[in-house]
Amino acid sequence: MKKFFFAILLITFNQFALATDIPVIAAAASVKFALQDIAKEFTQDTGKKVRISYSSSGNLTRQILQGGPFELFLSANTHYIDQLHQQHKTVGQGVVYAIGRLVLLTHKDSNVQLDKNLADVRQALQDGRLTRFAIANPVHAPYGVAGKEVLNTLELWALSVPNLVLGENIAQAAQFTRSGAAQAGLISYSLALAPALKNHTRFLLLPADLHQPIQQSMVLLKNAGATSKLFFNYLQQDKARNIFSAYGFSAP
Amino acid sequence: MDWQALTLSVKLSLMTLVFLLPIGIVFGRWLAYRRFIGKSLLQTVLALPLVLPPTVLGYYLLVVFSPNQGLGLWLANNFGTTLVFNFEGLVLASIIFNLPFAIQPMQRAFASIPNEIREAAACCGMKPSTVLWKIELPLAWPGIVSAMIMCFAHTLGEFGIVLMVGGNIPDETQTIAISIYDRVQAFDDQSASIMSFSLLIFSMLTISFTYWLSERSSHNHA
Repeated sequence: MKKFFFAILLITFNQFALATDIPVIAAAASVKFALQDIAKEFTQDTGKKVRISYSSSGNLTRQILQGGPFELFLSANTHYIDQLHQQHKTVGQGVVYAIGRLVLLTHKDSNVQLDKNLADVRQALQDGRLTRFAIANPVHAPYGVAGKEVLNTLELWALSVPNLVLGENIAQAAQFTRSGAAQAGLISYSLALAPALKNHTRFLLLPADLHQPIQQSMVLLKNAGATSKLFFNYLQQDKARNIFSAYGFSAP
Repeated sequence: MDWQALTLSVKLSLMTLVFLLPIGIVFGRWLAYRRFIGKSLLQTVLALPLVLPPTVLGYYLLVVFSPNQGLGLWLANNFGTTLVFNFEGLVLASIIFNLPFAIQPMQRAFASIPNEIREAAACCGMKPSTVLWKIELPLAWPGIVSAMIMCFAHTLGEFGIVLMVGGNIPDETQTIAISIYDRVQAFDDQSASIMSFSLLIFSMLTISFTYWLSERSSHNHA
């Protein structure tokens, strides 16, 4: 009876569900602005549209495993792509599309100074100028993992922990800093370069050797259609590469 | 303003009402007039969404409808889809978390109809369906309308369960409440503020309208 009810429900609503056949792409929050620009170019060049759902890579991986309707996944690392590949959710092993970097981001009114070894961050944590320090949640956000690695490398982790605020993804961590709710944060270079962030914040690119390389990988998922495949190829061509590089990503 | 998200939210709210109107009338009337074994248990279960954290409901819906096992697997095999990360799933979730908002006001509305009126109608030889149509519904309508308005507004605003069960998919599960969250994370203050202000005004109108309705109906009874 219960199953019968759901069957009726599904049939009734299939009209609604099939209303749109524009493919859905899952993308790490770090590529938000770059991908938005690339998708716009893609639509101009091919006449085809894509819908993009942004979150942390870990959260999107979980959604894909639980049956999310995604056709292509742009992760902020390779680990989640490998995990999906092992569980037979992907077409192929995926490719690295960009290498990400981290920045130290401060609110423009914050008196925390920018320097490569986070010397003033250390000082500010101790003298109380830095009470809210934003990173992405290292449990499911790759940029959070990288942020934690930076703090570990500089032996700042234990000192920072009481003052850390965890963003659900790297864009939320950036938003905490942009609004001034956090005085500083470790954020992706790609978001720091976004125009909407520039007017409110200052940043300094951190040396790449403070953390493991952030190899951002993407993969087509099992139910990928023609438009997604076209977009997957488009993302590997010069036009897309140039946009990625304008947002601070290095070429793979 | 994200019109796509607003349209989706309105569509979701209307679909929810299509289901909850008959469900609310049947259960509200039943709970108002009948005594039966297990009534208090049923009332408890139906009121549960009032206090249950939306994430708990979201979690169970994800477990039940995950296409990797059980009912979710069966649905995926037979229909090629399941009730997570799509619009149908949101409708189901929305029906469940709105149950008390639909049933309780309707139950009160039916309960406030004096017994003598219903008995007199029955004595005149009216069939129960006629009593419902000609006597009960005309007297209970303010309660029914305010229940529907509360469900509509509540669905527009629901966040946690929608994000958990629906994800954040444009034109599928990105409702206006999710769109506000999404715009904030895209540093788009202007859209977030326009949408938030619209929902604020809409919510105020909703509440004042339901107050007006309930005042009106209490005058009628006096």
